[in-house]
This record gives sequence, C-alpha cells and structure tokens, in this order.
Amino acid sequence: MHRTLLNIILSLFFVVFVTNFSFATKEIAETDSTSNHNEPIEKKKGFDTGEFIFNHIQDDYGWHLFSYNHHHVSIPLPVILYSKNKGWVTFWSGKLAHNPSYKGFTIAKEGTYKNKIVEINEKGEFIARPFDISITKNVLAIIISCIILVVIFVPVAKAYQRKPNQPPSGLQSLMEPVILFIRDDIAKDSIGEKHYERFTPALLTIFFFILLNNLLGLVPIFPGGANVTGNITVTMALALVTFIITTFTGNKNYWAHIFNAPGIPWWLKVPLPLIPIIELFGVLIKPFVLMIRLFANITAGHIVVLGFFSLIFIFGNISEIIGLAVSPVSVIFAVFMSFLELLVAFIQAYVFTILSAIYFGMAVAEDH
Amino acid sequence: MELIKPDIGLLFWMIVSFSIVLFILIKYAWKPILKAIKARERSIAKSLDAAQRAKDEMAKIEFGNEKITALAKIERENILKEAKEAKVKIIEEAKETAKQEAQKILEDARKSVFKEKEDAINEIKNQIAELSVGIAEKLLRDHLSDGSKQKHLISNIVKNIELN
Repeated sequence: MHRTLLNIILSLFFVVFVTNFSFATKEIAETDSTSNHNEPIEKKKGFDTGEFIFNHIQDDYGWHLFSYNHHHVSIPLPVILYSKNKGWVTFWSGKLAHNPSYKGFTIAKEGTYKNKIVEINEKGEFIARPFDISITKNVLAIIISCIILVVIFVPVAKAYQRKPNQPPSGLQSLMEPVILFIRDDIAKDSIGEKHYERFTPALLTIFFFILLNNLLGLVPIFPGGANVTGNITVTMALALVTFIITTFTGNKNYWAHIFNAPGIPWWLKVPLPLIPIIELFGVLIKPFVLMIRLFANITAGHIVVLGFFSLIFIFGNISEIIGLAVSPVSVIFAVFMSFLELLVAFIQAYVFTILSAIYFGMAVAEDH
Repeated sequence: MELIKPDIGLLFWMIVSFSIVLFILIKYAWKPILKAIKARERSIAKSLDAAQRAKDEMAKIEFGNEKITALAKIERENILKEAKEAKVKIIEEAKETAKQEAQKILEDARKSVFKEKEDAINEIKNQIAELSVGIAEKLLRDHLSDGSKQKHLISNIVKNIELN
C-alpha cells in the first residue's frame, strides 16, 4: 500500500520534472538549430532527456562503458539473427556501431522497431524484422548474474557439506539468515508445513535472482548497470516461472475453486459462467501483476535517478555555471534515490517471492 | 512504448539461462543447503533434548544427594547424641569406680591404720607390762628389803585373795 503510494508520488514528481525540462531542452535544441548552423560542436550539445533516460534503461546490442571525446567505448556483443532471405547471420555488435548498416542489417532509428535490428534492402528500405536472439546487454547481464549466483551458492552448499552440524562461517553465515528467512517466513508461512519443502528451492532462486539483479542494476559500472529486473521481458519470464509452477502443482481443490467455486450460488456459474471466468482471469492476472509490479518499481527508480542526473546536463546546456550549481543538488537527490532504490531492491525481491509463495500455497491448499 | 514491449530474443535467453541456473542451484546449492540446515536443526533439537534430560537427571541426583545429606545429618546427630550419652555414662561409671576404689583404699587405709594402732597398742602394752614388771620388781626389791614390810605386803595380798 505504502509502496504504491510512494510510487505514485515519485512518478508525479518525475512527470513534473521531466515535462518541464523536456520543454526547456526543446527550446535549447531549437535555438541551437536556428542560430548555430555553422557550429556543429554547439549543436551536439543539444540534450534530449527522454532519449538519454530511455537509452540507459533499455536493452542494447553492445555494452556501452563510457564515452571519451565523443568516442564511445563499448563491449561488442554477438548479434545472432535469422532472416528468411539470409538464414542465420551472426556478427559483432561493433560492426553496426561503426557502419550505418552491415550485411543488410541496421538498427532502426524510429518506427515500430526503434533501436532494434531490422533487415533493409540496398536502397535502405525496411524489409523485415529478423528473428533476433542476439546476446544483448541484458542477456549478458543475466548470464553474469547467473554465474555470480552459482559462484556464491555452490561453495556455500559445499561448506555445509564439508562441516555438517557446525555453525556457519564466512559467506555461509551471510547467506544463512536470508535462506532461513525465505524458508521459514515466506515458504513455511505462505505454503504451509506440509508442502513448503517442495517450493523452497524455486523461491530461493527467484528471490536471489531478483535481488542480485536489482542490486547490480544500481551499480553504474560494468558488470552492473544493465536494467535487468526493470525489463518487462525478464519480469515476464520470472512471472512465467511462478505461473507454470502454480499451474502444474495445482491440486484438485485449486481447480475446483476456479471452475466450480464452492459456496457460490449456482446461477453465477450456470448458464453464464461468471465466477469461473473471473477466476480464470484471476489466474492470469496474478502473474501479470507480478510482472508489472517488479518492472514498474525498478524502472521508475532508475528513471527518477537518471532524471536527477539529467538536470545537470539540462542546466549545463543553458549555462555551464548553472549546470555546476545544480549538480550538487542533483547528486544529493540521486544519492537519496539510490538509497531508496536499495530499499526497493530488497522489498521488490521480497514481494515477488512472497506473492509467488502465496500463489503456490493456493495451488496446494487442502480442502477444509 | 518499446519499454513495455517484450523482446522474444531476450525472453528466449532469459528462459534458457534462468532454467539452467534454476537447475544448477536446486541440484548443487539449495538441496544440499536445506538438507544440511535441516539435519543441523535436528541435531540441535536432539542435543537440546539430551541436555534437558541430563539436567533432569542432574536434578534428580541432586535431590538424591540432598536426601542423603539430610539422612547423614540425622545420622550424625544420632551419633553425636549417642556419643554424648556414652560420654556421660562413661564418666558416671568412672566416677562410680573411682568412688568405690577410693572407698576401698580408704577402707584398706583404715584397716591398716587400725592394725598399726593395734600393733602399737600391743607394743605399748607389752612395754608397759615389761616396765610394770620392772618397776614392780624394783619396788618389790625395795619393799622386800625389810622384813616388816614384807610381812605387811604378804598379809595384804593374802587378805585380798578371796578363796572361792
């Protein structure tokens, strides 16, 4: 409840700021384009807040590390495409960064497939969007976080096996309270004594995956900085995991509650199956809400932080002195927001896990 | 709008990597960890149970000890009492014996003194008798030196003799 309220306030705050300053930016861009046609360096200074923010929170074909003297330094990542005309095509993302198009592919500047690789003909006209399973920035970030998870928890498990019945030490003692919290306060409380052990491993994986990626998302330098849990595709996959587990472990009682809910008057089920339809929607809405909640919370946090940083550049465009004057304020607000996001990182991992546990609990609940 | 449009490639990789990490973590991390934690919890519960039982046992033993101590105290008291009684009795007896002994000694002393006295008296009597005989002899010798006197004496003695 509090979280939603907070989010609404922050979003409003953000909207007010960004709309105000995008106006300001546009004006600058206009004045730039009208008065400084002969000075291309001045023109480059034009700053689009929206573009800046969205470039930072979106997936990318390469991993941009930093820019130096208008020269972008990125980690090239493999682009893997399948098009009907050319079959499988793979190349490094750096090829598209330096050339406008490569092997008949280019990154769309606008339209439906903006910022995605599209196939073009010799005249530069759009042909099709290929089947694209490139290792993008987010894919690499996911792989890195998976490796981190394995590197952290497999040795911890080894430590448990090496010295059974001993108090935990080192990394083990850092992780154990969290593992116990998820097992006892999330799994056992939501699912019940009888079934919780079946679901605890999945809940642990979901929790630590979300938490790690939330935290890595707050780190501005490689391997952090990718907006993994603020990406709707990732949260969709996570919600899908919850949905699949719930659906496949659902017992007779669970399905009975959906299609023939007990204690409901019969005329709400026959001839028009009103309650079954609503219940069925509920089954789909639950993972959908999981997906949206995580995505929106993390993305909103990133947008607000980036918005505060944008202020420096917006004012810097007006005058360097104003930009310098504003920067401490921006930094203070961004630091404050980062702390808030740190809190949100834990809260959202917790919320996703506990809601998943509650759904699992519903799926295996016994008839009373 | 691109922000809320799922990307099929990313979804594919996400599902692949997440499934792999799910599998690896469940098999090589969560199961061993949860099993170890459970085993440890059980062992802790068992140890606590054992400790509780040992405590109970100790309490029982302590209670036994107390009982024994109490018994020992009573025993000691009894022994002390008996000892006191014995002491009193022994002293009493000793006193009695001493009294008797003293009595006996006194008796003996008295007897010996009496005997000594008797002996002494006898001695004195003998000596007196001897002395008297001596004196009488001397006196007689003196008296009998003249005839008249002898006659007188004899007559006296004769007079005194009663013939019966």
